[in-house]
Amino acid sequence: MTATSSHAVSGDTGETNYLNATHGIGSWLLTRDHKRIGILYLLGISVFFVLGGLMAVLIRAELATPQGDLFSSDVYNRLFTMHGILMIFFFLIPSIPAVLGNFLLPIMIGAKDLAFPRLNLASWYLYMAGGALTFVSLLTGGIDTGWTFYTPMSTNFAQGQVIVTAVGIFIAGFSSILTGLNFIVTIHRMRAPGLTWFRLPLFVWAHYATSIIQVLGTPVIAITILLVGAERLFHIGVFDPKYGGDPVLFQHLFWFYSHPAVYIMILPSMGVMSELITAFSRKRVFGYHFIAFSSLFIAVIGFLVWGHHMYISGQSVVAGAIFSFLTMLVAIPSAVKVFNWTATLYKGSISLQTPMLYALGFIGVFLIGGLTGVMLGTLGIDMHVHDTYFIVAHFHYVMVGSAIMGYLGGLHFWWPKITGRMYNEFWSKISALVIFIGFNTTFFPQFILGYLGMPRRYHMYPAEFQTWNVLSSAGATILGFGYLLPVIYLLWSLKFGEKAPANPWGAKGLEWETTSPPPVLNFATPPVVTEEAYAYETSVPAKEVTVGV
Amino acid sequence: MASETRPAPLAHHFDDYDQQREAATLGMWLFIGQELMFFGGLFLTYTVYRWKYPAYFALGSNQLDIPLGLLNTIVLIGSSLTMVLAVRSAQLGRAKQIASWLGATMTLGTAFLVIKGFEYHHKWVHHLIPGEGFQLPGTTDPAAQTFFVIYFCMTGLHALHMIVGLGLLAFLVPKALRGDFSADNHNWVEGVGLYWHFVDIIWIFLFPLLYLLGRHHA
Repeated sequence: MTATSSHAVSGDTGETNYLNATHGIGSWLLTRDHKRIGILYLLGISVFFVLGGLMAVLIRAELATPQGDLFSSDVYNRLFTMHGILMIFFFLIPSIPAVLGNFLLPIMIGAKDLAFPRLNLASWYLYMAGGALTFVSLLTGGIDTGWTFYTPMSTNFAQGQVIVTAVGIFIAGFSSILTGLNFIVTIHRMRAPGLTWFRLPLFVWAHYATSIIQVLGTPVIAITILLVGAERLFHIGVFDPKYGGDPVLFQHLFWFYSHPAVYIMILPSMGVMSELITAFSRKRVFGYHFIAFSSLFIAVIGFLVWGHHMYISGQSVVAGAIFSFLTMLVAIPSAVKVFNWTATLYKGSISLQTPMLYALGFIGVFLIGGLTGVMLGTLGIDMHVHDTYFIVAHFHYVMVGSAIMGYLGGLHFWWPKITGRMYNEFWSKISALVIFIGFNTTFFPQFILGYLGMPRRYHMYPAEFQTWNVLSSAGATILGFGYLLPVIYLLWSLKFGEKAPANPWGAKGLEWETTSPPPVLNFATPPVVTEEAYAYETSVPAKEVTVGV
Repeated sequence: MASETRPAPLAHHFDDYDQQREAATLGMWLFIGQELMFFGGLFLTYTVYRWKYPAYFALGSNQLDIPLGLLNTIVLIGSSLTMVLAVRSAQLGRAKQIASWLGATMTLGTAFLVIKGFEYHHKWVHHLIPGEGFQLPGTTDPAAQTFFVIYFCMTGLHALHMIVGLGLLAFLVPKALRGDFSADNHNWVEGVGLYWHFVDIIWIFLFPLLYLLGRHHA
């Protein structure tokens, strides 16, 4: 009889792992294992992604014709508001950090768990509580403020469950703060022997930078939401001009968080990218230090550019010019990353497996999203296209195109590690392709629409815009189909997929040195790190490499 | 001989007590960092409106009770002292003393809230609660409410943090009496101590900003 308590570690046989060590719903809902909590988050964000996606379907259906024939303008307002809130606060922000980060961060640094496992579980409950409140608000009519909650609309005029939604976001915000806090402490204090800062995988660096934003940015939106709630509830004048308040102050406070929040969504994706590109070109990453520091630079500079959302909000021209300049600076670390990934590909031994398809898609989509960001950072252009579909297209290229490509690429890359099963390679490649085509067909026409002057947030539009809108709606259909495929074949793989080996991709990194799925305490014996990250053989010229292992 | 004190628990995922303590301390400092940004939004709001309405801020701060505010400042600094003594006792592993100093801290913290309650009541009686019935002697401009909106938001949020702190202290006292804390492991006392000092420091800024600054301009 072998002793198989939850602490038994039998990494070499793969018999006991974190999935089968304990059973029952209670062992999941009360787990402190970062890997199980990652899966709990995966379930949570998937539900909200589907909900948010349904709203997107309805929005694109309405916009297929110039007339407002499906919804009243009020219902349409609620649709795009709830779409934004669900996707941003309950899907994109937690997506990579709370799912993949939670699962991988301790394993990548050779730790047994995050520094505060109970806090980690509490974060998930906070997230779910916030999501539940938002869902209640959705069921009881939702809100029509836009995800931005601009005052005095949100405090004086908006109909619906503003306060319920605000409380939901407030609570979910603390989930984000505490996750970031947990990550920072873990990275500082829990690294395996020999794992110096500059041997950390770039995924970890990206999460470190993200966590800084989560810890320092999120509380500002928290207090702002609290003030909006107080103003709406007690009819006092924090932002209400009637009582001497300043609505523009709200915008400053809001964007002080909400611009860096974009980097909460994209930085982890960039971290995933560095892992994918190196693994599938069998090559050391080009310019490790530059990529690591570019993440930190984005996190820091990200706090100083919020004013580019407010060029036409009565901000002074001097402030606008300064914010414009600072915004341009973000292009530097972003470009460093893109160039370094491309340079990593150069003379690499590239294999086009599914995660790599997503990674290559990311580069293309992020390039467009990033460069249009530079356009929008320019004062004059922004004034022309402000509040048009150009903006909508831009932030979807970054937040949907890039962030979700990174998320899906990462999910496919680590799926064998997480579940111990291989998915169907053919269908997963098809879906990567369908998503890429669907995404670009949906959102590229919106750049054109925006440049032609179609304003966002209206459910009707002049007939001359219809062709591009139909194209966009058709693209959304393709995209929706593309998102549906992974749901099917990934679930399928759980039951019918081949058993995954410890390292199906031949990739470097501590997570590939343990079993798939990993044992409860991650490693059979605590690892000691003796080499750089991405120590692939091909750092010598490609021709001299004879054997892969 | 008394049975040996309870073994200081080392969580399964830490290698040793040093790692566990360093993690707890860093975690608490980061939490304080986020608290600072949380209050920071209010400090910014204060700055913006003070800049915009200096006269109303002077009128408003003249309505505040300096003796009570000063008394509260002294009470709170005193509570920080007793909190430090609790942490010191924990470092020396003196279980009974930890509980006593934590109790003293709770008493002073409660005294602060009671005094604050009197101040709030006073504002209520004088129609200085923002909203429909607001009346500030010397002006009828609704913008004059701004000072009191900020006063109540800032002191209210601070009081809320005090209440949370009192809850944490109440949670620690029985643990201290049971002998849960040792020289090796008193992370809870240390962490709550840091939190308590942070809440104290917020008040150290609130008192001059709200009660003292520029009141002679009225």
